[in-house]
Amino acid sequence: MDRLLYIAMNGAKHSLLQQAVTTQNLANVSTNAYKAQSSAFRALPVYGAGAPTRTFVVDSTPGADLSSGVIRTTGRPLDVAVQGRGWIAVQDAKGGEAYTRNGSLQIAADGTLVTSNGLTVVGDGGPISVPTDSELTIGKDGSVSVVSNNQFNAITTIGRIKLTNPADTDMVRGDDGLFRQRNGQPAAADAGVNLASSALEASNVSAVDALISLIDQSRFFDMQIKLMQKADENANRAAQVMSLTA
Amino acid sequence: MLRSLWIAKTGMESQQTNIDVISHNLANVSTNGFKRSRPVFEDLIYQTLRQPGAQATQQSQIPSGLQLGTGARPVATERIHIQGNVQQTGNPLDLAINGNGFFQIRQTDGTLAYTRDGSFQVNSEGTVVTANGDVLQPQITIPSDAVSVTIAKDGTVTVLQAGNTTSTQGPIQLSNFINPAGLQSAGDNLYLETVASGTPNTSNPGINGLGNVNQGFVETSNVNVVEELINMITAQRAYEINSKAIQASDQMLQRLVQL
Repeated sequence: MDRLLYIAMNGAKHSLLQQAVTTQNLANVSTNAYKAQSSAFRALPVYGAGAPTRTFVVDSTPGADLSSGVIRTTGRPLDVAVQGRGWIAVQDAKGGEAYTRNGSLQIAADGTLVTSNGLTVVGDGGPISVPTDSELTIGKDGSVSVVSNNQFNAITTIGRIKLTNPADTDMVRGDDGLFRQRNGQPAAADAGVNLASSALEASNVSAVDALISLIDQSRFFDMQIKLMQKADENANRAAQVMSLTA
Repeated sequence: MLRSLWIAKTGMESQQTNIDVISHNLANVSTNGFKRSRPVFEDLIYQTLRQPGAQATQQSQIPSGLQLGTGARPVATERIHIQGNVQQTGNPLDLAINGNGFFQIRQTDGTLAYTRDGSFQVNSEGTVVTANGDVLQPQITIPSDAVSVTIAKDGTVTVLQAGNTTSTQGPIQLSNFINPAGLQSAGDNLYLETVASGTPNTSNPGINGLGNVNQGFVETSNVNVVEELINMITAQRAYEINSKAIQASDQMLQRLVQL
């Protein structure tokens, strides 16, 4: 068979994969602190007997766009947004440390500070436990202070949320959507990370960019289909020329 | 068939939930003691088709893999328990809690429910009840010859009766929870205790972190109409954009079958 057909097929197949990434970003346009996934085509030359004339195209996701989303105020004291760079440390399902920028926090029934999907927030001395009958304030540096029993002249600091700031290139997204360091080690706490309280970070997906990529990917796909049609036409002509019954 | 079709479907479903929650909030803009909800979304699991960091050859590693996400889903509708506006009514049985806490209401099956809606009334026996007829706990009974009812900030109920005699009842107690967002909404402005909310801490108003009771006021809904409308615009556009993704995928499939 003509090799052209396989190259075009591969291009079409991988443009569909890339479209999956774009659609994933669009689907998460309302997910708090979602980081857009980036995608890129890689060229994969085919080496073998004869001249290296063919190059397949392969989709890859080199990482995430870690720029900040828009910060919007919510007025809820348990909402925090990371201002500028930095991450909030949480305990993942396996008990290890993972990082997120989604600061929509809650208090579990046992008083532990958790994220909206139930992951325990890591404090400087383990999980942060909020006493009953208290008003809670989260400070700029992540320190959590409470006023108990309406005694507004007695503020107790009960812990400090662990905030870290590893280099962007060290952060990789796991299959559960949380970020971790590439080397698997927990990152060191960084005092330079600031939180904005009563605010949340929105998704950083740009709907305009995503829609344009969608058009781009659709046209790329069409082009591959056109090539397949051409390959078919070529084969058809060849068959006509070589036909014995012409 | 196409991943993107299903991913866009999860996006549209999430936005549908978003609109549902916004409509519910807007519908309750005049409900006393109503607390608005907020949908929380999260990204679904990722499929790793090509592992980043795997050995490409013995000497080299794959620098970036191929991870495909599978969409978004609503993970929670979180109730925002910030205080609503306090509106003066002058009605002696209208009570607003200034601060934390819930009134305790006995339901018909005898279990307790909790509410922030303090627009109470009396039934034919003089018992203080909600607008739905459920009894406030601890039970307060207003005598038939009562001239006036005064409810103090700490919940003590003083009744002035004919012949200038006064009697006290109560106090009305309030309950608070470690995680009020974990309460189950039961409708009728009532909330029920759950495992997530923790057990109620009940005491007199004004102590143990509870708010004061204000007579002659009701707490209005805490829905902010402007915020809800802005949320509605974004949700509607996000829905539209996701439907565009489905359209694009459909057109690509159409091209494919024309081959």
